[in-house]
Amino acid sequence: MTTEHAQGQRPADAAADGRAVLEVTGLDVHYGSRRQRRRALHDVSLSVAPGETVGIIGETGSGKSTFARTVLGLVRASAGRIVIGGEDVGAYGGRQWRRLRRRGIVQYVFQDPLRSLDPDLTVEESLIEPLLIQGVARQEATARARTFLARVQLSEELLDRLPGELSGGQRQRVAVARALVTEPKLIILDEPVSALDSANRVQILQILKDLRAAGVALVFISHDLGSVAGVADRIAVLYQGELVEVGAAREVITAPRHVYTRLLVGSAPTLRTASADRAERDRLRALLHA
Amino acid sequence: MTTLSELSDNAAAGTAQRAGEPDTEPDSPGTEPGTETADEPRTAVPAAAAAPVLAVRGVHISDQVTDREIVHGVSFELTPGKTVGIVGESGSGKTLTCRATLGILPPHFEVSAGSIEIAGTDIATLTPQQWTALRGATISAVFQDPASYLNPSIRVGAQIAEVIRVKKGLKRREARHRAVELLQAVQLRDPELVYGQYTHELSGGMLQRVLIAAAIAADPQILIADEATTALDVTVQAEILDLLAELRQQAGLALVVVSHDLAVVAQLCDEVLVMREGEVVEQGTTSEVLHHPRHEYTRLLIAEHDQYGLEKFLAPLTPLTPQETS
Repeated sequence: MTTEHAQGQRPADAAADGRAVLEVTGLDVHYGSRRQRRRALHDVSLSVAPGETVGIIGETGSGKSTFARTVLGLVRASAGRIVIGGEDVGAYGGRQWRRLRRRGIVQYVFQDPLRSLDPDLTVEESLIEPLLIQGVARQEATARARTFLARVQLSEELLDRLPGELSGGQRQRVAVARALVTEPKLIILDEPVSALDSANRVQILQILKDLRAAGVALVFISHDLGSVAGVADRIAVLYQGELVEVGAAREVITAPRHVYTRLLVGSAPTLRTASADRAERDRLRALLHA
Repeated sequence: MTTLSELSDNAAAGTAQRAGEPDTEPDSPGTEPGTETADEPRTAVPAAAAAPVLAVRGVHISDQVTDREIVHGVSFELTPGKTVGIVGESGSGKTLTCRATLGILPPHFEVSAGSIEIAGTDIATLTPQQWTALRGATISAVFQDPASYLNPSIRVGAQIAEVIRVKKGLKRREARHRAVELLQAVQLRDPELVYGQYTHELSGGMLQRVLIAAAIAADPQILIADEATTALDVTVQAEILDLLAELRQQAGLALVVVSHDLAVVAQLCDEVLVMREGEVVEQGTTSEVLHHPRHEYTRLLIAEHDQYGLEKFLAPLTPLTPQETS
């Protein structure tokens, strides 16, 4: 191990005082059993303050989606603590998780809205469903659906459409609106803009900025440093299941500490050419694989 | 390690750049952060007077069924070692333009006006046999999803060797040997091992390398990379872009790089075309387009990077003055 490998972890600043919306401590997740058992996450600790946007950057196999799924109770952690809105959910069983999700405090948006929206439900039905489950009256639910459709800049004409009748960008905005109707404190977004073209990407990113201004905490997971850099207050870098660096977005991008973060930042194409040259990238790759 | 120049017959005719000094070219992507090399006048890559290997002249593409014109006039020229980038969103016509160049337009699409010349031959005059001779040997392409261009039940190495046997007329054993060399040239770590593997055993980045190896197996002069790095991780994308830059420098390969990401194109290309709804809304050297964008849409693409990208934290591009925009 060289000095370059020294932990790039910065002291977790905000949100360490117990009012965090999400507090994850020492999270371990394994897939498979016995000999097939593989570690997907190891000792991941991260907290998110109310209204804070935390970006989680990682490439294929880094465990970033596992993190999202674990925090949403879709995957069981093998060790560690997860506290959502002050509630320790670590020991929750399926029923408790369902009850928690139904309350709508945590919501989520995934990459492919076609797979997260029911293809047989119209936009309106998709939007009011979470509210009806909470026991909100249909009329009130419909009114709220319209409000949130406007928040994501979609016209009411789309209420009667099926997901298949919308463009990719519209669909993703419906998915965001659906996440918003229960007025959550925290939204987990897993690659929310990766499948979109730039006009739609800008639109979603702007909506995320507005949400942040409105005090909703966001966990924005992506492989694309660029889109995360634009909206995140802090950036956490996942590499092979471990958080190798956490810090203010500007710091992580302008002064990355961990070798992997440096390679990642140095690989991202920008309009000013990549920030590292080819020789530097080769050197970082060699260090990383050493 | 087999260098690319040893592999390519064109190498001698192209640039004489040696391996190990990739950054000597003025517009290579490897400049220091923040330095504005793009402001320098572009020195034409290798021999400025070289005849174009690819000339696309006022190409219009129409859908014959609906009688709608989809692409409204694209023109550019490529000389050896040069790179042209096409930026645009899905549906902008960039892929159709590529497919027209490769002679593989979808059914009932046709080039309704303009001409395309590959190495001096107007492709409108080509017979299917002539096309087959041209593809791979003169013009080649890699696309976004490498797995769908490889047969999952045949070892990847054998698929490259097949290209070599058919296109170069080599015997089995020689073709195998050369396929391994190509796998090494695209910087796969264990080329012998990869040769015997199947697509499902390889990662997306490795598959794209395999496909690039197959694409350059018959020493083409032109390589079209249509969203070739879009599906890859950023660090892998950088490796593939570095590889393409190296191919260009060492083998004198002329590149057409198609991407939805202006930054990818900016990193690699001498000239940029920005397409929108079938129209080329902006065309010029990379530095002109980045520093003095004329069209609203190009400015939007740049603004997206500046507001939401890493660029937010980097030194700004030269700001525009009203005089410059007119």
